[in-house]
Amino acid sequence: MSAIVLLLLGLGGMAAGYLFYSRFIANRIFKLDPDFRTPAHEFEDGVDFVPTNRYVLWGHHFTSVAGAAPIVGPAIAVIWGWLPAFVWVVLGTIFFAGVHDSGALWASVRNRAKSVGALTGEVVGHRARTIFMIVIFLVLLMVNAVFGVVIAKLLINNPGAVVPVWGAIAVALVIGQLIYRRIIGLGIVSVVGVAALYSLIYIGPQVPIALPDQVMGLSASASWILLLFAYAAIASLLPVWMLLQPRDYINGLQLFVGLILLYGAVLIGNPTVVAPMINVDVPPGTPSLLPLLFVTIACGAISGFHGLVASGTSSKQLHQETDARFVGYFGAVGEGSLALAAIIAATAGFASLADWQAVYTAFGKGSLTAFVDGGAAILAGGLGLDASVAATLLTVMAALFAGTTMDTGLRLQRYIFQEWGEIYQQKWLTRPLPATLLSVASCLLLAFGAGGADGSGGLLIWPLFGTTNQLLAGLTLLVITIMLVRRGRPAIYTLGPLVFLLVMTLLALLMQLKSFYDKQDWFLLGLDLVVLVAALLVTLECAAALKKAFSEPVEST
Amino acid sequence: MANRILGALRRLNELGTQYYNAPYRAAIARAKRDEEDLFMLLVFSEMMGIPNPAAWSTLELQPLLMDRFHEWHTRMGMERSPLDHFRCC
Repeated sequence: MSAIVLLLLGLGGMAAGYLFYSRFIANRIFKLDPDFRTPAHEFEDGVDFVPTNRYVLWGHHFTSVAGAAPIVGPAIAVIWGWLPAFVWVVLGTIFFAGVHDSGALWASVRNRAKSVGALTGEVVGHRARTIFMIVIFLVLLMVNAVFGVVIAKLLINNPGAVVPVWGAIAVALVIGQLIYRRIIGLGIVSVVGVAALYSLIYIGPQVPIALPDQVMGLSASASWILLLFAYAAIASLLPVWMLLQPRDYINGLQLFVGLILLYGAVLIGNPTVVAPMINVDVPPGTPSLLPLLFVTIACGAISGFHGLVASGTSSKQLHQETDARFVGYFGAVGEGSLALAAIIAATAGFASLADWQAVYTAFGKGSLTAFVDGGAAILAGGLGLDASVAATLLTVMAALFAGTTMDTGLRLQRYIFQEWGEIYQQKWLTRPLPATLLSVASCLLLAFGAGGADGSGGLLIWPLFGTTNQLLAGLTLLVITIMLVRRGRPAIYTLGPLVFLLVMTLLALLMQLKSFYDKQDWFLLGLDLVVLVAALLVTLECAAALKKAFSEPVEST
Repeated sequence: MANRILGALRRLNELGTQYYNAPYRAAIARAKRDEEDLFMLLVFSEMMGIPNPAAWSTLELQPLLMDRFHEWHTRMGMERSPLDHFRCC
């Protein structure tokens, strides 16, 4: 089958979702009101609350939610064949992610731009808020551990990318200084910065760097993971304008460049999808599609992380309430299109079915490596780029996304530790350095605990990450649903996704629990149990809160 | 025509700058405020009994910082000026 068909069907479906379904949700269910005074106007302070142009807001909402996760998930999930991943990404974006993201914006805007965490405490209850904190901590922990492992793999797989990936940090540092000290305007800086990055990408393959197989008894993969965490720890302690902000900006540009290049190459080269529609011959040990597909692809179909971004920063800058549709729903569509690109790269970027099967030899294989190799083949075929440069380009893109997420993730984890330090009056824990070290130690424990001394098995926790992420989404959907019930509006459009998510999440956790038990992997079994307890608490909390909401009289607003 | 292109580029630069700054506005404002707090402490340290070798130079700054002094002491959790001879409210 031609990849163009897949591309058009996917993008067409999501576009229709935006044009029709999101309009219905915005007008009939959320009843977005252009005259409602948004918090950005009500509390305008030039810092947190600033009415912002909706295209700008969409730009940074989209680029903060789209990172490496919507690439990793689909690139693992195509092991069941392209159709299940494709259908879940497209329908998930239309009926789940779009509603969830714009709903989170709406809920926050209607509650003085409070974050989902605070809203859970207010709308649902204090207990729910505590669960919320724990779930967030678990999500951050897993995403940091997994991304450390993933970047290490990428760097080993493509030694030519080592120079541009680390060089990008130097470029970002220079850009940060130039802009912060107002030495040169943003336009020129962007052009020079992007040119510098791409020349590094071009030079990279000529100066490949590989770590020796053994450094002080550690494998190359383990050494990279340690190096990456050392870097992320330092990066997360620096002021944001120095490194995180310029790198985020470069990533945003890269995201648009990467998407345009990939989609352009598919349209020109018209590669064939070699992976089976539904893989009946999955490698032994692959878990069942139902329910694991729905937690393997979290970002790209629905992800609780979006709710954090939507309610944390975007809602404080929404110029008009009606912009929630464009910023939230279309932001989700943007991420869906990235997930779609990942599916196409991981299924149509191989010469034959045998080549594809050689990559997908077990569950968790493929992932970013398949995206990079497949995507590079498509870029080379469609745009005539040199294969090694194309591979380096995509590796740098993926590694930068993952690296920025690690930086942000560690920073947030540190804040949580510092907050705990204050709550439990542990003065030492409130300081940045000890809190950062604790965050790094917990991530490393997970990366190595799950995968042995070389950290290679870190991807085993990917579905667990998806599960926790879905729990977070579940809590956000719960808040939106309760708000809808209290206003006497149809709740099925958020309640349906909520029930579906909780059922799939619980099933997936139970199935994984059994598989970890069979493998006698006590570490992961323990982790699974922790998430399972959180999931059960969330479910009970949902049941109790909904029961109460349905029995209360409807408010007039 | 050239004017229109220039105008469009300027608008693009404006939007880009907004895009660059929007997500980090709060974090940077907080960092700047911390710097400001330290600066104020240095300038007014002598008055609070903290020896300051640069007092000779910082003394000159005090009248200029009158407005910011009020903001600073309220931010530090003191409703009224903490200094008897330096009243601002």
